Amino acid sequence: MGKDTGEGGNGAAKPRWNKNSPLYLDYQATTPTDPRVVEAMAPYWTEKFGNPHSRNHHFGWEAEEAVEKARAQVASLIGANAKEIIFTSGATESNNLALKGIGLFYKEKKNHIITCLTEHKCVLDTCRHMEQDGFDVTYLPVRKSGLIDLRDLQAAFTESTSLVSIMGVNNEIGVIQPLKEIGALCRQRKIFFHTDCAQAIGKIPLDVEDMNIDLMSISGHKTYGPMGIGALYVRRRPRVRLVAMINGGGQERGMRSGTLPSPLCVGLGAACAIAEKEMGAEAERLRLLRDRFYEAITSRLTEVYLNGDLEHRIPGNLNFSFAFVEGEGLMMGVKELAVSSGSACTSASLEPSYVLKAIGVDVELAHTSLRIGFGRFTSKQDVDFAVDRIVGEVERLREISPLWEMAREGIDLKSIEWADH
Amino acid sequence: MAYSKKLLDHYENPRNIGSLDKNDDGVGTGLVGAPACGDVMKLQIKVGEDGIIEDAKFKTFGCGSAIASSSLVTEWVKGKSIDDAAGIKNSEIAQHLALPPVKIHCSVLAEDAIKAAVSDYKVKQGVGEKKIKAAE
Repeated sequence: MGKDTGEGGNGAAKPRWNKNSPLYLDYQATTPTDPRVVEAMAPYWTEKFGNPHSRNHHFGWEAEEAVEKARAQVASLIGANAKEIIFTSGATESNNLALKGIGLFYKEKKNHIITCLTEHKCVLDTCRHMEQDGFDVTYLPVRKSGLIDLRDLQAAFTESTSLVSIMGVNNEIGVIQPLKEIGALCRQRKIFFHTDCAQAIGKIPLDVEDMNIDLMSISGHKTYGPMGIGALYVRRRPRVRLVAMINGGGQERGMRSGTLPSPLCVGLGAACAIAEKEMGAEAERLRLLRDRFYEAITSRLTEVYLNGDLEHRIPGNLNFSFAFVEGEGLMMGVKELAVSSGSACTSASLEPSYVLKAIGVDVELAHTSLRIGFGRFTSKQDVDFAVDRIVGEVERLREISPLWEMAREGIDLKSIEWADH
Repeated sequence: MAYSKKLLDHYENPRNIGSLDKNDDGVGTGLVGAPACGDVMKLQIKVGEDGIIEDAKFKTFGCGSAIASSSLVTEWVKGKSIDDAAGIKNSEIAQHLALPPVKIHCSVLAEDAIKAAVSDYKVKQGVGEKKIKAAE
């Protein structure tokens, strides 16, 4: 089995996984907390348990110092100032705070927001709610590559546009949006630029100055930090103002009240510090693994299609459609692998991935898709094992597939009048 | 979501995979579902002179529950009269495989596949109504 072979990137110690667990290849869903991060957090649960907002004694000061160090570590990774980092419970909260916070603050003068069809649900759902509250929202389309067209963005700007929200890296297909170009266009028009970088942090270089980013959402658990913590970068110059969503003791410059969870803050900081140090080498290592995976799959199987651009993509993601093999059936077959599917056989709607739909993948092919995510603890042996399992199972299921048989007989599946059910 | 042992067995070791000659008058073919919905089942029955199903084959594009449901019904219809086979209820399939609620539609599709195959056979024998659609 390819389960516990080799070591992770940069020689990082692997978390101690149960040896009967499947091989984890779902790094866009979450990442295991790096053991070095867990170690950094440990004292803040027990002996250094103080409330970082307690101003009168050692325990508070000690926790505050740790939280402020973490804040600086997060800031450093994105070229920001520590004062511009607001801790939150995660990227969903950060996205809500950015969109609603900006939207509400500037609503009297400007009530138009631009986002894109392939954003994460927490951005799209927030926008839907804001539409109900009287905001205008433009949802930009994406090209087959998964990237927005900058001309569409320019055409969408109006006098009342207050905010553009475009994600850094897509969670399903891993494609990287042209953040620097978007940032430049927004700055020219004096429109705030928010980017959901939950999937981008620690994967690609990000610089809020160079990219003219005004707000950036960050997640802990997508970058080898703990769950339940995230951050929102909020630019100070030119100043970005927003309405708080959570009111209370006025922590986090009044933008997000509530006692900071110091162990989680420390974990996010440690995760960012590790990413800053190791990102370059790790990206290169993952790129080699990705290329190895891609070459092996596409040379051993026919009628496999990559969803989303390969060039403008983080190295730790592949998303394939294996024509004529339903994705969920395939996942059940490769039970030694923990992967994810764009098929939605379990959902009541039977609607497959909206991201694949937005990039123009036929609904038939969308049902055959599999997302494979690699990361810090994935080894070359893991990749070889996964390829063998996937190839073997696709071949087996194609032998069972009536669609494969019909395609081999030269029947055009589109010519058949299928029944709805 | 944990699947039953019976379901996993049918998924991992599906029975009666394959195809019969669809041009044979003694063979009824049912093709149900749609690629756009993520499920397509092809079920074929070979019926003897006495109206008893002698053989059954299937091929399925779909999730594990769809594959297991169609595998199971190929076992069930063999040795049955065509009318008895057409009387198999989706609830029996769902119960046997302990399908979770979100997978009930797989058993419905399997029931439809049997009915479609029987209907196709009857049309060939000149005793049923001709179906225009490939699937019903």
